[in-house]
Amino acid sequence: MNDVSNLKPAPEADSAATISAEMPAQEAESRATISAGLPAQEPAPEADPPAKILADAISNLEQKVTVRNLNFYYGDSLALKNVSLPLCAKKVTAFIGPSGCGKSTLLRVLNRMYDLYPKQRAEGEVLLDGVNILRPEQDLNLLRARVGMVFQKPTPFPMSIHDNIAFGLKLYEKLPKSELADRVEAALKRAALWDEVKDKLYASGLSLSGGQQQRLCIARTVALQPEVILLDEPCSALDPISTSKVEETIDELKENYTIAIVTHNMQQAARVSDHTAFMYLGELIEFGITAQVFTSPEKKQTQNYITGRFG
Amino acid sequence: MAIYDARRRSSKFYLGLCYLAVVIGLSWLAIILATLLFEGLRNISPAIFTQMTPPPGADGGLLNAITGSLIMTTLGVAIGTPLGMLAGTYMAEYGRYSKLTFFVRFINDILLSAPSIVIGLFVYEVMVVRMGHFSALAGAVSLAVIVVPVVVRTTEDMLLLVPDTLREAARALGLPRSIVIGKVAYRAARAGLVTGVILAIARISGETAPLLFTALNNQFFSTNLFAPMSSLPAVIFQFALSPYKEWQHLAWTGALLITLAVLALSITARVLQTQRRAK
Repeated sequence: MNDVSNLKPAPEADSAATISAEMPAQEAESRATISAGLPAQEPAPEADPPAKILADAISNLEQKVTVRNLNFYYGDSLALKNVSLPLCAKKVTAFIGPSGCGKSTLLRVLNRMYDLYPKQRAEGEVLLDGVNILRPEQDLNLLRARVGMVFQKPTPFPMSIHDNIAFGLKLYEKLPKSELADRVEAALKRAALWDEVKDKLYASGLSLSGGQQQRLCIARTVALQPEVILLDEPCSALDPISTSKVEETIDELKENYTIAIVTHNMQQAARVSDHTAFMYLGELIEFGITAQVFTSPEKKQTQNYITGRFG
Repeated sequence: MAIYDARRRSSKFYLGLCYLAVVIGLSWLAIILATLLFEGLRNISPAIFTQMTPPPGADGGLLNAITGSLIMTTLGVAIGTPLGMLAGTYMAEYGRYSKLTFFVRFINDILLSAPSIVIGLFVYEVMVVRMGHFSALAGAVSLAVIVVPVVVRTTEDMLLLVPDTLREAARALGLPRSIVIGKVAYRAARAGLVTGVILAIARISGETAPLLFTALNNQFFSTNLFAPMSSLPAVIFQFALSPYKEWQHLAWTGALLITLAVLALSITARVLQTQRRAK
């Protein structure tokens, strides 16, 4: 360090040359010292402080779910390649990327939905509150009660609106009737559906419009009070008005839940999410704070996709 | 233009053949129904439903045969439906990808088209010979053997029609498989499952061969499951072949009753199916 300080007054080009030639290992350090010593100077071009700061901002957050070195196979074909990323607590993480890039697959790993089908397997680690949910002894029903999921197509059960929500609740908790009614009401309010259905709670869930059905499915998931909610293109079958209602719902849910959303709609990802992950051909290309990913992506592929040049 | 005209002519010709085929096919059905209605209604009277099958030369009714048919059909369906539903549920829900399902489906398809007389002979060997006498129970069992493959098939087919997204949605709530099947899949497939059972009833209510080997017939009113029992098909078989006018008339009436019952069941099944589609 002393050597470096001594060199400081010397002509800059010379000093840099000397340092790199004589002690290449210390080059970075000395360069940092130099720039710190000369505040007016431009930052070195290869360092990227904003990205680093943002990455730090994410890594300082509490991680509800941590995906580590995840590989996923459909039979012999590899659908996810060494994916690692966190879902931060009480944040919305958006997954974007062209069809078939593995977004939905990743989501289906997080509640082990893939377990319903043979020949699908995951390798690596997915930690939920620090516990690996991919371990074979994981109780899947309990996991899915903690990690709820809403699908692309609305899937109301063939029963009344009330029962659609009460059905799951009754299996986990022994609730007196009045409390059950309260919980159903609270869930419907959460999903911004209450006002539209409060007078016909005992009508069939199938009688609702597509957007209402989707919000019913969200209400059904929320009613179980999960910790994480996975949304797999929840608005792809909805009109713009229903979409905006669902987005409002997501905004409200974020206060209490950790949310992951897969979407093909760039504006939607930008509107609702805090963090964005861009995936392509089974790989995680870029992950960061949404504003950063959308305004100045680090990778060319991300930029191309966001600006609509491919995908 | 010449090619186009030729095409139009050949189109008309083949369309004409199609119409002709439809007319020929349907006219048999019309003739059968008309004959049945004519011959059956001519002799219909309250006595049909209140009196027993008569000895030759006397007047009587079909009460014992109607009751026998109802008892054995009900019992056959009661035995066959749970077996068929459970097997179909295994195939569609639990063992969808297993070799066993493939094997069972294959065997079931063979059973589905097995001649009913063979089934009758089988039950005769297994039950009637061992028990030493004909019985309504043996009749019901042979009908159940016919019901099982029908119900297995419709149960599997109807459950497979329930979209997997619905199952996934239920499993995603953390619901165990048994609940998902019982409360969601069955409910979604309800109309189809009921249709399957109705079609099975329609199928067995006209079966004669298996009953001749097992329940035989009974001239008297009987509800004893361990004794021979009368049934409409068996009575029709016996009376229609007889030289006695009264018996022949009763056979016609019995045939009409069965046909109307099957027709009603088929129409109900149809209505249920369209309701399911409308949903």
